[in-house]
Amino acid sequence: MITFDDVSKSYPNGHQALSHVSLHVDAGEMIFVTGHSGAGKSTLLRLVGLIERSTQGQVIVGGQNLGKLSPRRVPYYRRRVGITFQDHRLLTDRTVFDNVALPLVIAGYSHRETGRRVRAALDHVGLLGKERHLPESLSGGEQQRVGIARAVVNRPAVLLADEPTGNLDPELSREVMRLFVRFQQVGVTVLIASHHLDLIRQMGKRILSLQSGRLATDSGQPLP
Amino acid sequence: MTRRARPARARAPARGLLEHFSAWLTRHAQVAVSSLGQLTRTPGATSMTTLLIGIALALPASLHVSVESVRAVMAAWDRSTQVSVFLKTEVDDRKAAALGEAVSRWPEVDAVHVLTRAEALAEYRTFSGMGELVDSLDANPLPAVLLVQPHPGPTPGSGSPGTPGAPGALVDRLAALPEADGAQFDLEWVRRLQAIAGLGERTATVLAGALGLAVLLVIANTTRMTIQGRRDEIEISKLFGATDAFVRRPFLYTGLWYGVLGGIAAWLCLGAVGLALGGPVARLAALYGSDFRLQGMGAGVGAALVLGGGLLGLLGAWLAVSRYLRAVKP
Ligand SMILES: Nc1ncnc2c1ncn2[C@@H]1O[C@H](COP(=O)(O)OP(=O)(O)O)[C@@H](O)[C@H]1O
Ligand SMILES: [Mg+2]
Repeated sequence: MITFDDVSKSYPNGHQALSHVSLHVDAGEMIFVTGHSGAGKSTLLRLVGLIERSTQGQVIVGGQNLGKLSPRRVPYYRRRVGITFQDHRLLTDRTVFDNVALPLVIAGYSHRETGRRVRAALDHVGLLGKERHLPESLSGGEQQRVGIARAVVNRPAVLLADEPTGNLDPELSREVMRLFVRFQQVGVTVLIASHHLDLIRQMGKRILSLQSGRLATDSGQPLP
Repeated sequence: MTRRARPARARAPARGLLEHFSAWLTRHAQVAVSSLGQLTRTPGATSMTTLLIGIALALPASLHVSVESVRAVMAAWDRSTQVSVFLKTEVDDRKAAALGEAVSRWPEVDAVHVLTRAEALAEYRTFSGMGELVDSLDANPLPAVLLVQPHPGPTPGSGSPGTPGAPGALVDRLAALPEADGAQFDLEWVRRLQAIAGLGERTATVLAGALGLAVLLVIANTTRMTIQGRRDEIEISKLFGATDAFVRRPFLYTGLWYGVLGGIAAWLCLGAVGLALGGPVARLAALYGSDFRLQGMGAGVGAALVLGGGLLGLLGAWLAVSRYLRAVKP
């Protein structure tokens, strides 16, 4: 589903965030990316979500070589990838419902279909009763779940989550992780960046660890 | 993405063209209404901007209307301009009167006043300020003059209204009379006024260009500031697959609304000016046999203002959003 072939990424300021990373993720797999702050976890996710483009090597997602995608096609690619952010990135002046509906509004779904899907997504994350609330009135864990509902509302094949348990207590963190497992169980390929090593070891999934932009270990397969 | 078929894609072929079109229409209508709603939520800022645009549009429009008024009044003057026919000195008063009679029966002539040689001299003495010199002359050197009033109606073969010398055929015919020494229009001053009106028209055009540019910049700047306030929303929308067209759409509608509202404001301004000046202008026109009325409130002017305002609004917003989108290109 996701293939990195000798991928490097330097930001315009010259900083090399990823160096010569090669990896493969099967469809329907759930995988954790870990490493210290600044190791390049977010950058890796942003390359898959096509928020950034690699400066070297090829990123291939669902058979599509992202380097060959024209800027005009980028929005349509993004609609097929769900993504959550560490800082949630919710619209503070919109209700929970409107926030979750955003990807559907963008994709041009009908009113009725949008309402149906938004309620289904909110039901998944256990926030069905909060659709009329503003994000500010919710706890950090609830805001994260709104973000997750928004990421899956369009039923993407790939789900990317950047530090989804950032500042949640251990119990809430496990709850959020169980939520991701449920998406994996219905066939979604899930990629989670997290520096909570203890927590992710408990999940029993494949773990990639990055060190200064290089792939250090991969629990799934021995490094060449 | 191989495994899960995209539901929207999978359903797309089944949806008819009509359904697609109506979905598209609904989307636009929603954005149009919501952007108008957004404007009404900040009534102060909206009315200030609208008024600014309205005044900028009304200025060249009112100048244009004024010039049109002058033109129309001049067209009436044109027709009331008289032709002076200077007769040869050997034509005596009796012959001059007979000639006057004959000319007054021409179809293109309304009336003829005969100025006898004695009357011409008396007039000259009064108006020239050289009475002594005139008195010292033995013989009257002045010819008799026919003051010919052309028919006020549209003269066959005349040019467009406002073209001096339109009834030039009449002048030629009068000059060709064997008794005549020459014939001329008393219209030097009409020509001057026309030059001034032309200058006014030119000024209105230049002003329309300059103030149109000002309206464009006002709307572009307003759009730019709205974008600044909604950067998060744009950024997040783009992360979830919003196209440039999707991002642009609400701003284009806001720009369109500003332009249209400004056009309506300009129209109302013109209407107010028309109410203030309409009476005097109509009376002035009536004096010259014209039924001209100030056209400030006319549907044509209104449509032009609203359409022009709307186009400028669209263009201004387009420029601002495109600039922004280029700058944030991922
Ligand atoms: N937009 C950016 N511009 C420049 N440097 C960046 C940018 N984003 C991240 N970096 C740098 O790239 C490196 C990796 O960042 P990131 O992928 O965010 O790491 P992590 O998520 O593991 O903390 C860091 O040194 C960071 O400072
Ligand atoms: Mg990070």
